[in-house]
Amino acid sequence: MNREELTHAAETEQQAQARYEHHVHVCTGTACAALQSEQIVTDLKKELVKHGLQRSCHVKSVGCPGLCALGPLVKVSGAVAANEASPAASDQGTQYQRVTPQDVPDIAASVASGAPVERLRLPTDTPFFTRQHKIVLQNCGEVDPEKIEDYIARGGYSAMLKAVGEMTPQMVIDEITRSGLRGRGGAGFPTGLKWATVAKADPGRYPLRVPQGMSARKFVICNGDEGDPGAFMDRSVMEGDPHRVLEGLIIAAYAVGASQGYFYVRAEYPLAVKRLRTAIRHAQRAGLLGNGIAGTNFNFDVEIRLGAGAFVCGEETALIASIEGGRGVPRPRPPYPAESGLWGCPTLINNVETLANIAPIVANGAAWFSGIGTEKSRGTKVFALTGQVQNSGLIEVPMGISLREVVFDIGGGVPDGRSFKAVQTGGPSGGCIAAEHLDMPVDYESLAKVGSIMGSGGMIVMDDSTDMVEIARFFMEFCMDESCGKCVPCRAGTAQMHGLLTKIQRGAATSRDLDLLSGLCDMVKQCSLCGLGQSAPNPVVSTMRYFRPEYDRKIKGAS
Amino acid sequence: MATIPVSTSASVPDPLATDKRYKLLEAAMRKHGYQAHALIEALHTAQEAFGFLDDFTLRHVARALRLPPSKVYGVTTFYNHFTLKPQGAHTCVVCTGTACYIKGAQRLLAAVEREWHIKPGGTTADNTLSLLQARCFGSCAAAPVYSMDGAIRGSAAAETLVDDVRHSLNSVAQAEKAVDA
Repeated sequence: MNREELTHAAETEQQAQARYEHHVHVCTGTACAALQSEQIVTDLKKELVKHGLQRSCHVKSVGCPGLCALGPLVKVSGAVAANEASPAASDQGTQYQRVTPQDVPDIAASVASGAPVERLRLPTDTPFFTRQHKIVLQNCGEVDPEKIEDYIARGGYSAMLKAVGEMTPQMVIDEITRSGLRGRGGAGFPTGLKWATVAKADPGRYPLRVPQGMSARKFVICNGDEGDPGAFMDRSVMEGDPHRVLEGLIIAAYAVGASQGYFYVRAEYPLAVKRLRTAIRHAQRAGLLGNGIAGTNFNFDVEIRLGAGAFVCGEETALIASIEGGRGVPRPRPPYPAESGLWGCPTLINNVETLANIAPIVANGAAWFSGIGTEKSRGTKVFALTGQVQNSGLIEVPMGISLREVVFDIGGGVPDGRSFKAVQTGGPSGGCIAAEHLDMPVDYESLAKVGSIMGSGGMIVMDDSTDMVEIARFFMEFCMDESCGKCVPCRAGTAQMHGLLTKIQRGAATSRDLDLLSGLCDMVKQCSLCGLGQSAPNPVVSTMRYFRPEYDRKIKGAS
Repeated sequence: MATIPVSTSASVPDPLATDKRYKLLEAAMRKHGYQAHALIEALHTAQEAFGFLDDFTLRHVARALRLPPSKVYGVTTFYNHFTLKPQGAHTCVVCTGTACYIKGAQRLLAAVEREWHIKPGGTTADNTLSLLQARCFGSCAAAPVYSMDGAIRGSAAAETLVDDVRHSLNSVAQAEKAVDA
């Protein structure tokens, strides 16, 4: 498919959609599907036939629009003319919350009459909607994730064809470097720099172990092994807008000169896997994947690899070991995967959210992207806001927003009249941030300064009833179970720390045990081989730093 | 692994020839040219087809991919997703991710344990129910979350979980009775 064909396909689909007078979007993401949203789609289609609206009302299954706490979400909007099928135009409409199959007849009747169903209505002028800035999630909740035409009609794949057709790989890398995009997997490594390293790397420098029959000598991998408990950003993006991630991966492959790519996705995300499979098949059929993409000599194809429930596989060298068919055990770096990764070849690994940012940057330019966010952290970040917060769900905010705005304005604060105690970011590798830091801006450096990390985007709010020592013990149990066992500091250290935390919880610990615990934290952090061990003490260190009295109260002999 | 017979004797029909599920496994391995990197994909396919991985299947995969059985066993036991034990007819999985933990996932586990006397990873003596815990379903907004036979349910109280499990167990028992009658 070349640019003319793409434009033609986009116009055809826009015209087809413009023929409908009404559009109904029903969220069928994992959370809403658990509340019978697929039943709602089927029932709604039947019900609309009764009103004779089957030809004028378009019912669409979409990905997560964000406010999972009030799901299933249904949005009814009017006609969108072909020439103004911009995201802004289709954002208008009536949003309904907590829709059940019993509500379907009322919604169908309201489409016919034009009067909204007031009892289900969800106001969209609240901070939850107005304070967000959607780039990655722009299409989530708008586009049908199983239909490539819908994505194309919203401008999809034009950035990829622009990059492949009009730009050299170096120009693409320069654009990404100028945008200031940093890895969204947690560590925040500059994406442009990573791409440049892979592009420059020579595939013959390290011994190659490429399987028979595989001609590729450079690889790109999308890391969709979202293992942090409490994080579901990547799942929602893969489920809600799989083509966006795929487009980012194709652009990345073109920039670094890779001809084979992999999606590494958790087996616990069956819907994301299914939608990615469909997306890849559709892209292959449309000539957007395969040999000679867009009439050039650029060849690229993608396969999916399923994770098998190992948290450590989010670490890049462990992930590579897993794709090679072995145990997901990390190895010392250097050499970094950028020089010697999958089967010894230079390999680019980017997180789902990082890749979802690529197409908009190529389409709108680096200057547009670097205008959002802060000096060192450009763009936006998607967070999974959960725990004891009113509006739990998926949000996307510009970098530099304060935690207070996220928790209290967008999140709506702590429910049930309780008070805020801490917010946990970065999962088992991150830390708990106390109330005194609520006005701190959310960016990579600020979060690191207070002892947490940006992480992949889990943000768990805790109220005053939460036992912080128990939280530290919970995360340590997780790290202990998930330690791959290769290096001693992590394998034995996490077990010892877990033992000490359990002892503290039993009330059997002395103040010497607390000293021992802090000493162990330092040792495990300094000596472990990979990120899992190096960051495993973070929850303990940060809770000891901000909530030390809670530890002291549990010490034997404390009054 | 030490006590496993290496080959089936002539009097026993060869499961590779009689059990059609091995065809699925064969196709998955063939797709990757029977190369070593197909191991995890092959194990996924086998577990999906059989529900668990028995020693015969593991040995078969090792032979087909020309890998030492120790490597196949090592990979199988490294990943939480793979199981060597057959599961009960019904599976209840309780999410113990952070959000669910904060909102009381332990209460859900305790309720199942109280009612059916099984701990996470266990199966009832009559093989009707297995209890598992998951790291995170990624449906944290609906915490605490569990899944009963694959269907995810959110905002669960211990009582509703117990009712739901009992309902699933009973509905099948009744259906079986109806068939017998």
